[in-house]
Amino acid sequence: MSEILLMMFEFFKTGLFAVGGGLATIPFLQEMGQNYGWFDVNTLSTMIAISESTPGPMGINMATYVGYITHGLVGSIAVTLSLVAPSIIVIIIIANMLDKFKESKLVQDIFVGIRPFVVGLIVAACIDIFLTTLFDFAAVDIINKISWVHVGLFAVGLFIYEKFKVHPILIIVAGAALGIVLGL
Amino acid sequence: MKELIALYTSWFKMGLFTFGGGYAMLPMIQRDVVEKQKWATEDEIMDYYAIGQCTPGIIAVNTATFVGYKVKGVIGGIVATLGVISPSFIIISIIAACLSNFQDIVVVQQALSGIRISVCILMAVSIYKLGKKSVTNLFGITLCVIAFVMSYFTSVSTVLLVVAAGLCGVIKGRMKHE
Repeated sequence: MSEILLMMFEFFKTGLFAVGGGLATIPFLQEMGQNYGWFDVNTLSTMIAISESTPGPMGINMATYVGYITHGLVGSIAVTLSLVAPSIIVIIIIANMLDKFKESKLVQDIFVGIRPFVVGLIVAACIDIFLTTLFDFAAVDIINKISWVHVGLFAVGLFIYEKFKVHPILIIVAGAALGIVLGL
Repeated sequence: MKELIALYTSWFKMGLFTFGGGYAMLPMIQRDVVEKQKWATEDEIMDYYAIGQCTPGIIAVNTATFVGYKVKGVIGGIVATLGVISPSFIIISIIAACLSNFQDIVVVQQALSGIRISVCILMAVSIYKLGKKSVTNLFGITLCVIAFVMSYFTSVSTVLLVVAAGLCGVIKGRMKHE
């Protein structure tokens, strides 16, 4: 029970400080995984894949997934509501002073600082996903530390995704299919 | 009551049919909220979006709360928000339930390790795009690098870092105005 309260508190905090959409929740999730061991890097990666290939806002999808795998249905409800609670509160307050907020120099200045900062946070949060996927740290020599097949698929996929602008789901389905065919 | 039901179903639909969050939702909001239900004008939606971007939380949720609040006060805000998150909630719970039953199967594990590469591809592109939009000058590059170093190599809490970044923005603003 106390763990679920802690989780709700952590997700409330995420809802309150993750500025700039779904991606911005990733640094908070990564920190949670590290501090409390609720999920590991691979689960985080699975979570991102599921969020990208199902409808709905990514942040919500992530919260529901974490809540569910750790505490079942009750967990997913509690965690999802904790994530959106700060938004509801903040927006209702701002809705009453919309114009003042929009023109506030202070608010604009704050976001001049936060926006680029969040990018650095997201890179730091995702780097472990990249490293564990593209490298094999168990290998002895340097050449084998790089998972060449993974790196190759990554490069080809990146090219196709950018060149032909295919839907993200297609990339995920192709990844799943190749994973099975190549026995990754 | 009728209006509350309309708010819930309308936002439920938007939650159900948008992939990729925030921006993908805009065309549907324009059609449903602005043209069909006339809950808000096009300009108001753009305002909500702009504010949704510079307030904490998920843009889609923020916009739903705004529109709901405008139509029916606090209760409307809550109902619209529940509407937009319900589809994700149902779908993800089902997937999570299935996945925890199946993830020990070899084929599923292979599929997941393939998917991990896909995630790297999608994330690389998303981060690049976000970076191009958000990191536009030397000040931005500096903050971005500091964020990376502080977050990856130290255990300072992310909340504290975000607050500090906001402060840097304010200080920079003050210096410019003087």
